[in-house]
Amino acid sequence: MRHTLAVLVENKYGVLSRVAGMFSRRGYNIDSLTVGVTDDPTISRMTIVVMGDDEVLEQVMKQLNKLIDVIRVTDLKSEESVERELALIKVNSDVTNRSEIMQIADIFRARIIDVASKSMIIEVTGDDGKITAIEQLLRPFGIKEMVRTGKVALRRGQKSS
Amino acid sequence: MTESTEKMTGARALIECLYREGVDTIFGYPGGVLLPIYDELYDADIRHILVRHEQAAAHAAEGYARATGKTGVCIATSGPGATNLVTGIANAYMDSIPMVVFTGQVPSSLLGNDAFQEANITGITMPITKHNYLVQDANELPKVIKEAFHIASTGRPGPVLVDLPKDITVQEIDFYYPDKVDLRGYKPTYQGNLQQVKRAASAIKESKNPVIYAGGGVISSDASKELRELAEKIKAPVTTTLTGMGGFPVEHELFLGMPGMHGAKYANYAIQESDLLIAVGARFDDRVTGKLKAFASNAKIIHIDIDPAEISKNVKVDIPIVGDAKWILQKLLKYAEPAQSEKWLDRIAHWKKVHPLHYVEPATGDGIKPQYIIEQITEACKDAIIVTEVGQHQMWAAQYFKFSEPRTFITSGGLGTMGYGFPASIGAKIARPDKVVFDIAGDGSFQMNSQELATAVQENVPVIVAVFNNGYLGMVRQWQELFHNRRYSATCIQNSVDFVKLAEAYGALGLRATKRDEVRPVIEEAIASGRPTVIDFVVEEEENVSPMVPAGAAINEILDLERKE
Repeated sequence: MRHTLAVLVENKYGVLSRVAGMFSRRGYNIDSLTVGVTDDPTISRMTIVVMGDDEVLEQVMKQLNKLIDVIRVTDLKSEESVERELALIKVNSDVTNRSEIMQIADIFRARIIDVASKSMIIEVTGDDGKITAIEQLLRPFGIKEMVRTGKVALRRGQKSS
Repeated sequence: MTESTEKMTGARALIECLYREGVDTIFGYPGGVLLPIYDELYDADIRHILVRHEQAAAHAAEGYARATGKTGVCIATSGPGATNLVTGIANAYMDSIPMVVFTGQVPSSLLGNDAFQEANITGITMPITKHNYLVQDANELPKVIKEAFHIASTGRPGPVLVDLPKDITVQEIDFYYPDKVDLRGYKPTYQGNLQQVKRAASAIKESKNPVIYAGGGVISSDASKELRELAEKIKAPVTTTLTGMGGFPVEHELFLGMPGMHGAKYANYAIQESDLLIAVGARFDDRVTGKLKAFASNAKIIHIDIDPAEISKNVKVDIPIVGDAKWILQKLLKYAEPAQSEKWLDRIAHWKKVHPLHYVEPATGDGIKPQYIIEQITEACKDAIIVTEVGQHQMWAAQYFKFSEPRTFITSGGLGTMGYGFPASIGAKIARPDKVVFDIAGDGSFQMNSQELATAVQENVPVIVAVFNNGYLGMVRQWQELFHNRRYSATCIQNSVDFVKLAEAYGALGLRATKRDEVRPVIEEAIASGRPTVIDFVVEEEENVSPMVPAGAAINEILDLERKE
C-alpha cells in the first residue's frame, strides 16, 4: 500500500541526508520525495511517498519522529488530502502531428510550454493516474525526455501539518 | 542566556562549555587541527586521558558514562582520528549510552576538497549517532554544545558528535552559554499515559503467570529500586537482559537470570509459558527473543519504553506505555495489585532447582574452568565493577557473577564489540576509583586493544584484566564445533603472546594461573597490588557456554553443552 507523508523539518544543512539515510538504513523504499521551503523560511516540508503495510507506515513515522531535525510527521490519507504532481514531457512533433498533440494536451488541461521544429514540451499537473494516462497517449509520437517532480500534497481544510 | 559577554576563542569557549556541563574527564588523542583545543586543555581543570588509539577513547568515555550515569566525553582529530572513533560511537548508540564526541575538522575553507586528514565524519556517523553537528559558525558553538549534552543525556540516551573545523576553534566570539535548550523537533516523553498504566495494573491483577523482562533502560533511568519494589509487590519473577544485569539483585528469590540465547533455562521457560510479559526498558533483541513467532506466544505484552519507536518494532505489544521507566514504575506501584502467581512461583522454583546454571568440574582438579574464575572473583570482591570484552567470557560473567547493584556490569550488548572491555574498564575505574574494576577478557578480545596497558600505566589506573586464555576465539570456535563439524577455521590463536611479559613490558603487573588452586591467590594478589594488572588464566580450551539456544530457534529449544569429564 502506498502512503503519503508530510514531514516538516528544520531547513538546515544535511537534513535531507538524515531523512533519506533513515529510509535506506532501515530498508524502507521511498517511492517519491519532494522538498521545499514553507511559508516559514526556517522550516522545509517534505512530501514522501512510501510503500508498505500499516506496520511499516507506523515504524517509518516513528523513526522519522526520532530524528532531531524532524518537527512533525503527518500521514496524509488520500481521501482527506489534495495531491498533485508536475510532469514535463518532451515529445517528438512536427507540422504533421502538432495539432493532434495539442488536442491531447487540451483534453488533459496540460499546457504547451515550448515548441521547436521537431519537438514540443508539455506541462501537465495532476495525480499519478492522470500523468500516466497522458504519457501513454503521447508515447506513440515518441517521448524524447520526461521528468516528474514526485508528489506534493496538502490536507484539506484547516492547517494541520 | 547568561550575562557573560567575555570575548574568547572557540577553543576557549569549548572548555568553558565543558565546565558548565560539569565535565571533569575527557578521553582523547591530539592531532594537528586540535592544537588550539589541546593548548587550552593544557591549563584547564579537566583531566585528559591520553589513550593509545582513538577507539579506546570512545570506549573509555562509555565506560565512564555507564559507571556513573553522567555523559562521557571523548575527542579525536580529523580524518583517521575521527574514523577510529566510529566503532566506539556505534557501540554507544546500540546500547543507548550518553556520550558527547568532539572531532577536529579541517578548516572550513578546505571542507569538501579532500584536504589532508579530511573525513566527512558527520556523514559517516549519521546512522550511528542520536544526532550530530558540523559547526559552521564559531558564535554557534556554545549553543551547539549545550544542545549536544542535552540530546545525549535526555530521552533515550545516545552519542552526539560535534565536528569542529580548525578555524572555528581560533575564531574569537562573544561567549554566551544558553540556560535552556529549545529544540522544536525534540521533546521526549517522560510521563507515561496514566490510562495505560491503569490498564497495565488490571492486566497484572488478572495474570497468573507474569514475568518482568527488564533491560538497560532500567539502569539508565535509575529505576532498579522501583523495579524491585514492583516485583515484590505484584509477586512476579524478573529476568534481566545482558545490559540490564545489575538492575535486579541476582541473589533475590524472584530473580530468573538472563533470558535468551545463553540465558538460564528457567528464564526462557518462564517467558515462554508466561501469560503476561512486562517489558521495562528492553527492546526485544533477537538474542533475547530467538524465533520471534514463537516468543512468549501466549502472553499479553506490556512494553514500557522511553522510545516510541521501540514499541511494536519487533513484537506486537498489547499495552504500550511510552515514558521514563522510573516514572512509570512509580505510578504502576501505586495502582498495581498482586498477580495470582502463587502456583507460578512454585513452578519457577521447581525449574530453578531442576535446571540450575552449572558446569562440570575437571576430573583431575587441576584444570581451570572459566566459570570457576567468575565464582572466585564474586567471592573475592562481590561489589566489584565487572566490565567485559565480547565472547564466551562475557556470557560466563553474565551467568555467574552475583551482581547486586546497578552500574556494576559494563558490557557491549548491542554491537558486540571485541576490544571494548579493557578501555571501558579504564573509563569505569577513573569514574569510580573506590571500586575494584575487573575486565573479564578473552585472549582474542584483549588483544584488540591491549595497547591501552600504556594508558592504564601512564594514568595510574589500576584495573585488573582477567584474561580467559583458551587459545581460541572461543565463541566462534563454539559455533564451529556445533554447526561446522569442528572445522576451526581461523579461530585458533594459540601461542600468540605471553600475557605476563606483555603486561610487564608496559610496566604493569603480570600474573598467571594454570591450576585451579592458583586462581584465588592471583585474584587476591591483583586486588592487593593497586596496579594495572593482567592475569593470564590458562583455562580449558574447549569449554562451551551452556545452555545455548541455536540462532533462529525458539528460546525453549535449548541445547545442553556441558562437557562431561
